[in-house]
Amino acid sequence: MGRIEDVFRERKSPAFMGFTVAGDPCQKTSIRIAKALIAGGTDILELGVPFSDPVADGPTIQRADERALSSGTTTDTIFGIVREIRKESAVPIVFLKYYNTVLHRGIRDFYREAHESGVDGILIADMPVEESEEVTRIAAACDIAPIFLIAPTTTDARIRKIVKQAEGYLYLVAVLGVTGVRKTVSSDASDLLRRVPMHTDLPLALGFGISSPEHAGACAAGGAGTIVK
Amino acid sequence: MEGKTGRFGDYGGQYVPETMMNALQELEAAFLKIHGDKEFNRELFSLQQEFAGRQTPLTFCGNISEELGCKVYLKREDLVHGGSHKLNNMLGQGLLAKHMGKKRLIAETGAGQHGVATAIVGAALGLPVEVYMGEIDTRRQALNVFRMELMGAKVIPVRSGTRTLKDATSEAFRDWVATVLDTYYLIGSVVGPHPYPLMVREFQSVIGREAREEIVRREGRLPDSIVACVGGGSNAIGIFHPFLNDDVELIGIEAGGKGIGTGEHSATLCAGEPGVLHGTLSYLLQDADGQVLPTHSISAGLDYPGVGPEHAMLKDNKRAHYAAVKDADVLEAFSFLSKREGIIPALESAHAVAYVMKNAGRFDTNDIVVINLSGRGDKDVSEVSKMMGCT
Ligand SMILES: Cc1ncc(COP(=O)(O)O)c(C=O)c1O
Repeated sequence: MGRIEDVFRERKSPAFMGFTVAGDPCQKTSIRIAKALIAGGTDILELGVPFSDPVADGPTIQRADERALSSGTTTDTIFGIVREIRKESAVPIVFLKYYNTVLHRGIRDFYREAHESGVDGILIADMPVEESEEVTRIAAACDIAPIFLIAPTTTDARIRKIVKQAEGYLYLVAVLGVTGVRKTVSSDASDLLRRVPMHTDLPLALGFGISSPEHAGACAAGGAGTIVK
Repeated sequence: MEGKTGRFGDYGGQYVPETMMNALQELEAAFLKIHGDKEFNRELFSLQQEFAGRQTPLTFCGNISEELGCKVYLKREDLVHGGSHKLNNMLGQGLLAKHMGKKRLIAETGAGQHGVATAIVGAALGLPVEVYMGEIDTRRQALNVFRMELMGAKVIPVRSGTRTLKDATSEAFRDWVATVLDTYYLIGSVVGPHPYPLMVREFQSVIGREAREEIVRREGRLPDSIVACVGGGSNAIGIFHPFLNDDVELIGIEAGGKGIGTGEHSATLCAGEPGVLHGTLSYLLQDADGQVLPTHSISAGLDYPGVGPEHAMLKDNKRAHYAAVKDADVLEAFSFLSKREGIIPALESAHAVAYVMKNAGRFDTNDIVVINLSGRGDKDVSEVSKMMGCT
């Protein structure tokens, strides 16, 4: 977990968080893409763990998941990808994933293996704070930061519940909707950047639909310590 | 009301993206408010009677009773307006959507029966409807696509993944994630996150309440066995639920497809393991890595890798039993009921009929067996005639 905190310690400029789906289009190329993101200056590497039914994702990531799965990507190969990246880099690695592949492997086993391979944080896209007690407890025992989403529809009461469980940073969903390219950054993003800091000192990341350097710039201007995906 | 906390034993829950949580909590509150509300229930009751054609009959089938050696009754949900039990749920949820002030209805559909029921309700309540349907299903249930469009609904073919009900459901989720503020998502079965499994069960339990009253009136006692097909599980839970505390055998029939050994089936409770899909923890057909498996069934309405969480609980605590029948036996039952009783069942419902045919030896002459005839077969005749032509 230390690696994520290091990114934000005494940070003056926004951090950049690059995303790619692990195993897309195959294990070898996926490792090259991840390394290229790191070489290009990503401060935190976000690895999508492919799932057959990614309900929070738009067509771009759906297709990436399909490519990864059809090239034979499994949980084992994904841990392998992480170990391969870790040989060369100390950049924090965060999984973005869905619950069933954790549950099916066994929550404890999944988090232990994730930690051993070098993962720093895990965000489960279909796990709201209400369902997260067991996972959060195991994450803490395995030294993995539980990362949570906060959406434009999240009420202040829910934000208060979420920040109690969350570690590492908070992932603000910049649009009402699924992942994918958008023409503009919605006003929802600035609303979140105004509301969330009232309840927490955790760093704030902004993702979903941040599609260009202009978008990133606009978001960074809107909130201190913003990370942009 | 069990299930009120969102859990059925360990199953159920709300495994959804954060964006949906507020809408689900709002929906739960709205549902709990109308659930015991006299005015709402009066409105629903009058729609059920005047518009949907309830109460549905319990038909004694003399011919097949003689042939199978037990007393067979059919609960005639095929006679509900629209052709299946699906409208029971839609009238309830449609009215709720209206009470909540929602401006647009979306739904997923497999066989198209739920889509048709949604289109009916949208037209009747004056709300626009968009229905997600797997591209393969739009072809094998083309008649229902036309019916939905005729009633003003927009049918959106889903081309991702397996191009059947599972992916139609995922697309409806994605739509709702982006439109939660003004859109109501009508889930068509007892699946999905809380409060859907609870709410849909409550709206479908009218089937079991009517069946119970009628069988006691006619036979002076409760039935020995109740048999229903299980896709997501809404017609089954609807007829099971009012009998849960009675000494009545409850049997749910899943789609055995080409045989469980072949992997080409949708028999979630018979062959799956606990897992999370579309917001709920229940049994799930999945591979060794927790990826959801493609399914197969002759009937689009049963072609789904998940199942309602309450059925998962009833399986584990053995209050209900689940078995699967194969496509070939379903086709036989489809013809059998048509020829002997003059009732053409939906392929989904024919699964329940097939089970009783295949297991007639289990029952004694005086045993009362109630089969939930969840829908009529008109939607299936063109596909079945093709299948019969080539066998
Ligand atoms: C006639 C009929 N029966 C059964 C089903 C399966 O759904 P459930 O298991 O929720 O009753 C369908 C679904 O489309 C259907 O159309």
